[in-house]
Amino acid sequence: MALLPPEFSDLEPFAKGWCLASEPERYAKRLASTMEELQALYDAVFPRTQAVMSYLEKFPLHELPDDALRLLHLLYSLIMVSFPVEIWRQPYLPDTGTASFELNDEPVP
Amino acid sequence: MMKPVAPRQYPKPPEGTWTEHYPELGTAPVSYESSISPEFYELEREAIFKRAWLNVGRVEQLRRNGSYYTKELAVAKTSLIIVRGMDGEIRAFHNVCRHRGNRLAWNDDPRVESKGGCRQFSCKYHGWKYDLDGKLSSILQEGEFFGIDKANYGLVPVHCEVWQGFIFINLAKEPEQSLREFLGPMITAIDYPFHNVTERFYYRGDIRSNWKVFLDAFQEFYHPPILHGRQNPVMSNPEYQRMGFYTMHFQIDGPHRVGCTSGGAGGLLPPEALNPIEGVFRSGLFGPWDHADLGIEGSPPGLNPGKKKHWGLDSFQIFPNFAIVFWETGWYLTYHYWPLAHNRLLFEATLYFVPARNVRERLAHELAATTIKEYALQDCGTLEATQMGLESRVVTRFPLGDQELMCRHLNYVVNKWVDDYRRKHVER
Repeated sequence: MALLPPEFSDLEPFAKGWCLASEPERYAKRLASTMEELQALYDAVFPRTQAVMSYLEKFPLHELPDDALRLLHLLYSLIMVSFPVEIWRQPYLPDTGTASFELNDEPVP
Repeated sequence: MMKPVAPRQYPKPPEGTWTEHYPELGTAPVSYESSISPEFYELEREAIFKRAWLNVGRVEQLRRNGSYYTKELAVAKTSLIIVRGMDGEIRAFHNVCRHRGNRLAWNDDPRVESKGGCRQFSCKYHGWKYDLDGKLSSILQEGEFFGIDKANYGLVPVHCEVWQGFIFINLAKEPEQSLREFLGPMITAIDYPFHNVTERFYYRGDIRSNWKVFLDAFQEFYHPPILHGRQNPVMSNPEYQRMGFYTMHFQIDGPHRVGCTSGGAGGLLPPEALNPIEGVFRSGLFGPWDHADLGIEGSPPGLNPGKKKHWGLDSFQIFPNFAIVFWETGWYLTYHYWPLAHNRLLFEATLYFVPARNVRERLAHELAATTIKEYALQDCGTLEATQMGLESRVVTRFPLGDQELMCRHLNYVVNKWVDDYRRKHVER
């Protein structure tokens, strides 16, 4: 069954792995991925960003249907992977050792 | 590559430097023994953290009568309950049952902070019950106890006052100053519509560095072009890396201080100065580019205290361990630095936005919040390295530049409070 609205069926291959509702899940997924995987997500979603935002704008923010909500989560994942793809060229932030900094509370959606 | 632009320099006070404008600070190299000594940490706990007003949250965390949360204060070896009573008043208590000392409010793991709503607190151990104003209301098998008067066994209260929706506590038996006296004119001049800026991202990290070593990195703008030099093309502007970055305005008021810098919202920059993601979501390190509607006329009183043109942000450092950073575009963030040991701290960063009205605003907030984490993690890694360098004691005196005035001031105030405490208590 499709997870995303039919207009965005081209993004369906990324939906299962990357439509993640919380930042800790997205951050863990980023660290567990290879640069090839992060680049593939970025290359697929980035060019579709304006179309996705125009589609999501049709709904009130707090009344997104499930498939639209997953699409929003996919954009959050795009933001998460943009740092390794655009800047670091590696999933892990350089020079951070074992330091951790976790998001404990975030807005929904 | 971005066209090099010479960093802007700003006028300094008549003395010639910001540091000499505050002569009590001196200009000599400073010692960081206070950040590596377990003995000094023990003094700081008494001299600072049990005497100063400490921010432990905001009123929005207690929306209804009966809402409460607990706050671990390792620095005072205690846990607090912060609660909004049935009368709407906010109070703070030590989170300890008067019967046999059990921690009163907790879920699953007593070491983890908890929150919720209730009409009274009931101890998990023997069921003693307390009203939300702290009164002991019920003892199971009361007749088995010896001459007990419930009025003498209420929860141990902690001084609690609210300023602009920020809940402060003071662990002293009798605080030496009221909260407003403690905050002083520079801080209490701030009148910001915090109640309209409530969309919240809350980060926390457990970091192996002294709280002051860590705080220092968040109160100077000397390091960003270097430590964060790769993060975006503005930071990697070769002119910044060659010539540095200058703070517009510094101000000190009692133990508190502020540094103000120019604006940097990406909307003003050419596309080549941006990471591609920033252009798409119109946001970045300096927050969303589009101004938020704060719901008030004009700009909030107390901000931009130097009345500078091209003002971008204020970094107010409220002694000892609390900071509020206001951004010109209409959002703010807070930092808290909670000592866990002489070489370890809990770092909290909380971002607050006007609640998003649509997907585009929400995504701009998401990018700002995610960007902050990228920067903060770099600081976290580096400051663990600084702690290690200091602990070697190979070097014992460290030069601070005029751009590091706020670091020098914190060092000065901490030593002053500890010396004052020593004079009154230890040497007597």
